[in-house]
Amino acid sequence: MSTVSAPQFLRRRARRDTARPAWMEPPSPAGQALKLVVILGMIVAVGYPFLLAIGTSLSTKAELAANGGYVLFPQHPTLEAYRVVLAGGVVTRAATVSVGVTLVGTALSLLCTVCLAYGLSRPGTFAGKPLLLVVVGTFLFTPGVIPNYLVVQELGLIDSYGAMVLPIMLNAFNVIVVRAFFQGIPDELHEAARLDGAGELTILCRIVLPLSKAVIAVVGMFYAVTYWNSFFNAMLYINDSNKLPLQVILRSYVIQGDTFNAKALGVSVLPATTALSMAVLILAVLPIVAVYPFLQKYFVKGVLTGAVKA
Amino acid sequence: MPRPADPPAARPDRDAPDPRRKATVRQRLRRDRTLLLLCVPGIVYFAVFFYLPLTGNVTAFQDYQPYLGFMHSVWVGLDNFQALVQEPEFWTAVWNTLQISAVQLLLYFPAPILLALFLNSLISTRTRRLMQTIVYLPHFLSWVVVVSFFQQIFGGVGTVSSLLNDHGLHVGNIMNNPDTFMLLLTSESIWKDAGWGAIIFLAAMASIDQGLYESAAMDGAGWLRRMWHVTLPGIRPVMIMLLILRLGDILSVGFEQVLLQRDMVGADASEVLDTYVYFHGVVDGDWGMSTAAGLMKGVIGFVLIVAANKVAHRLGEQGVYQ
Repeated sequence: MSTVSAPQFLRRRARRDTARPAWMEPPSPAGQALKLVVILGMIVAVGYPFLLAIGTSLSTKAELAANGGYVLFPQHPTLEAYRVVLAGGVVTRAATVSVGVTLVGTALSLLCTVCLAYGLSRPGTFAGKPLLLVVVGTFLFTPGVIPNYLVVQELGLIDSYGAMVLPIMLNAFNVIVVRAFFQGIPDELHEAARLDGAGELTILCRIVLPLSKAVIAVVGMFYAVTYWNSFFNAMLYINDSNKLPLQVILRSYVIQGDTFNAKALGVSVLPATTALSMAVLILAVLPIVAVYPFLQKYFVKGVLTGAVKA
Repeated sequence: MPRPADPPAARPDRDAPDPRRKATVRQRLRRDRTLLLLCVPGIVYFAVFFYLPLTGNVTAFQDYQPYLGFMHSVWVGLDNFQALVQEPEFWTAVWNTLQISAVQLLLYFPAPILLALFLNSLISTRTRRLMQTIVYLPHFLSWVVVVSFFQQIFGGVGTVSSLLNDHGLHVGNIMNNPDTFMLLLTSESIWKDAGWGAIIFLAAMASIDQGLYESAAMDGAGWLRRMWHVTLPGIRPVMIMLLILRLGDILSVGFEQVLLQRDMVGADASEVLDTYVYFHGVVDGDWGMSTAAGLMKGVIGFVLIVAANKVAHRLGEQGVYQ
């Protein structure tokens, strides 16, 4: 039974996937080969750097020395570099800072974005239009590095975690995307809830939010990625090396070529330098690669809603 | 929270004038207080971290002293701007910025369009989705990661450099070469963002009427002609919109990206306006002059957008805004 149905299922799937309109000419073999080459090229272009970093991070000192740099497929993979990097030294601390900033920042950003977007989403609200203009106005002009720096300094945020969260907490584009989504929710739902005695807050929490999970997920991911990747704010506002996030550490070890210090990492014997730096690199991309597949299906829609409505 | 003032609004009454409009300011404030309170944190945020720094641009016209603040610093009129235009380093930064922008416009701008054309040509939806997943991914990586990736491939002991050097092509360290810096920047941008940029073109292509393709095919147009006469005109409004936006950014080329690689290639090749502002202001403490540079950049970008949009309207295009 199963031996018959499986191939049939596959064949049907294949036919549907390559449905070609009747007027379209079948592809030439040369064209098809060319397409295949381009597809493979793109897969290699994106995949190769990841594989190279993973392979190198798992290599031993001897193997790296024999290969003169990087290793794609290590013969004797070892997790030594990760053990050292996560042993509680500089890199571990930086990773903790990054995780903390990302979690707290994303929560704050989402809370404020949802509140502002909902506040601006109901028609006819008092002062609604000027307030919306305040948000949209931020698209026109950027204040510049120096004035931003002076404000952060005046607020006493230098060398605090707040300097990594507050200056990038809200993004007008995300507010507009969420607002557009809220406005797409039928008015009848609001009216019905209001007749049942629900206030705006109840409507937001019990009706609007449950219907907006997809857009919240997308915007939340955008914020989380921004916090996780942010490097400039930390470089600008943080001098205390204990508070530096992972991206800054990655920059100093991998791009600027600072040497790993066994004491700072909290171990006695160091594995190969390249293995260590590639382990830090993998650590810095891991959360993104881990979360990406789950949200990928939502974000195209989210982005386009924003692009059309903004 | 029950809202006693509201029931009339909830009952549709065709003869009465719209009660939401009739209410006095006080009544409307009372009615909308929850909504307005929800707006407070966000509006305060934009006021503090956007509009307040915007006013900080007055330091461009001052001899700004951090311990005096801009309330007490001395006004110097346009002195900062005058000093700026006499500074050769500033002109190096301007020239580099314009050159990099031109290269990006020429090489990076078409990349998402070509990629979208290719992805759109894939008939199998499964292959297309897979490829989209793959090419969007780099957008979510930080510049630090992207530069690190490029370094492990094009750096001194990087795999591509090693390969070329072993075969008699002495390219040395591509990451350190000031001559190829612009091409390096552009290829990094393409690797990171071409896929993401293709999204909007793919959406535009998806909304093209399929009947146009069919009738073109009936008239004997091959795939190339269909692309030229149907697909490209179909995405033209989006192309022009993005071109205008790009024009507004002509004076800001990837700040973080350049900053990360400035040490490797030296300031002569890589100093752009943004890094100039950063190093002269925050690092060297020359606040007034670098704010002046930043302000000039912002104003020119704004003027360029408005002008380009005007031109687009004249040419019968939609542009960015009406």
